[in-house]
Amino acid sequence: MTSSNHLLGETDDAAPTVPGLIRRITRRGMIGTTLATALAAPAFAQSAPAAAPAGGDAAGTAVIDVNRARTAPIPIAIPPFAGGTSQGDLVSVISADLNNCGLFRVVDASGVAATAPGGAPDFGAWKGTGAQALVTGSVTQSGDQLRVEFRLWDILPGTQLQGTAYTTSASNWRRIAHIIADVIYQRLLGEKGYFDTRIAYISTTGPNNNPTKRLAIMDQDGANNRFLTDGSWTALGPRFSPTRDQLAFISYVNKIVRVYLFDLGSGTRSLIGNFRTMTFSPRFAPDGNSIIMSLYQNGGANIITCSLSGGNVRTLTSSGAIDANPCYSPDGSQIVFESDRGGDQQLYVMGADGSNVRRISFGAGRYADPVWSPRGDLIAFTRLGSNFAVGVMAPDGSGERTLSESFDVESPTFCPNGRVIMFQRGAGASSRLVSIDITGFNEQPVQTPTSASDPAWSPLLS
Amino acid sequence: MNIKMLGAFAAVALLAACAKPAATAMSTGAGQTVTSGPAPGSEEDLVANVGDRVFYGFNKTSLSSDATATLSHQAGWLQKFPQVSVLVAGNCDPRGTEEYNLALGQRRADAARDFLVAQGVDGSRIQTISYGKDRPTAQGDDDASYQQNRNAITSVQGHNPQEGTGASS
Repeated sequence: MTSSNHLLGETDDAAPTVPGLIRRITRRGMIGTTLATALAAPAFAQSAPAAAPAGGDAAGTAVIDVNRARTAPIPIAIPPFAGGTSQGDLVSVISADLNNCGLFRVVDASGVAATAPGGAPDFGAWKGTGAQALVTGSVTQSGDQLRVEFRLWDILPGTQLQGTAYTTSASNWRRIAHIIADVIYQRLLGEKGYFDTRIAYISTTGPNNNPTKRLAIMDQDGANNRFLTDGSWTALGPRFSPTRDQLAFISYVNKIVRVYLFDLGSGTRSLIGNFRTMTFSPRFAPDGNSIIMSLYQNGGANIITCSLSGGNVRTLTSSGAIDANPCYSPDGSQIVFESDRGGDQQLYVMGADGSNVRRISFGAGRYADPVWSPRGDLIAFTRLGSNFAVGVMAPDGSGERTLSESFDVESPTFCPNGRVIMFQRGAGASSRLVSIDITGFNEQPVQTPTSASDPAWSPLLS
Repeated sequence: MNIKMLGAFAAVALLAACAKPAATAMSTGAGQTVTSGPAPGSEEDLVANVGDRVFYGFNKTSLSSDATATLSHQAGWLQKFPQVSVLVAGNCDPRGTEEYNLALGQRRADAARDFLVAQGVDGSRIQTISYGKDRPTAQGDDDASYQQNRNAITSVQGHNPQEGTGASS
């Protein structure tokens, strides 16, 4: 602590439902433990809403709504944090998150002192930069421990919107940066961010006619890439568990195409069930306790559910058609899937018990890869006509919009707040991951060390 | 349109069938005796003298008359070499989505397998797999390449041309 005028609060305002100071920022066991502590506004600030709830329903505290930010990104200043760490530059990670999402514009902060003498920002000077919001912070490292304090200011009224200190092991510095970017996003836009997340995907190397396809995982911004399988067997189609540190994916182990569970903590792979024929298109139920997937049998693919060990099998469809890519609605009451039961691939919605099947796609072409938004309001899909397209429609099939079109784009996945979709652009050795806002603007490349396909966006890690 | 496509597709199949014997003849011409062809019952024998693959229409899994002719030859060959087990791999062109093509490729492999079984081959000698659109044998983005990539390829177990070295054991 270098600034004696900063009062440490007694509660953690970023996690109001968790009593006490200690909050594990990961339930996934790989990262370690972080302390988050609320910082009350300094004595000079006029009002101190630091204890305001910061949950998902904090829309009332937003400075700007998302639609306004799309047309006019929020100008925000993030001058270098005081102190520092040997590990890396938090400000550059925070700035990249906010710039890349398209809803913020990080303004040039050079030449303006972060704080005036006495510790308060010189709001007059910051107004001159055009910024509406200001982020100040400090980093202190002692041994392996990192303490990061940050404050978010509304420049025009000169008030503090948020003040939080995080303590964690130094190797977690990127996660702290992403968590801070998520807090800024939430306080200024009124809904949770999605920066403290990871992407699972399939890495492709080698010749097109005999590629090596490995399961890989990285941070949402492409950092910390890791290969999870060695490429001995083709891997495809990873999906995240919503509740545990697990993936489901397809593997060709022993030249049999089947769905496996991959435990990210231990790195172990386990077969889901012991079906005699191909299983594919896995996805977790919203509670994380069961798998829904396709089981190929007698020329068709049926949608089934089973436990994570493959028990308690229930067959939801048995049309003789190829029924694939099932995905639950966020509340678990409905399932969207694709089927060629009508002759070619179209999207259908049914109840979670398989009842009341109705077709929802009626545009020109075939439809595939449906995935339900975590917000519940949209279904993303791949459409195949004269070209490939990624688009969205309402769950009743209305309001279809194309977001991106080329040969080929496919495999959309939603970020946790449903505002951004990631998908695959290109095929084989030229395939890459890109992200795009659900309104169809701000398509951004996602950096991967190899060709990449089949992206899956994780839930928020904290 | 259909007739035109079929014509092109038959030409492709002929080329594929001719390529290997021509190469064999050239290598034997370089100093070996005429007895040095592919070993009977081998993968090379299947490719050179029987035909290892059949082709399908776009988004189709039904067998053409060319396909059933090739599969009949395969069935006869398999009955001649009862110790041989094979992998029948279904493949798709790139104009479909990844996971749907897994099922479509499996349907193609099944169609070929079912024909072989109907011809009297013991089903326990035939393993099937689908590579979807992930292992195209032809690399072009044109109709001729797409036609070659919609196939079921029969190969002798342990000598599967679409399996990498790390996964072929």
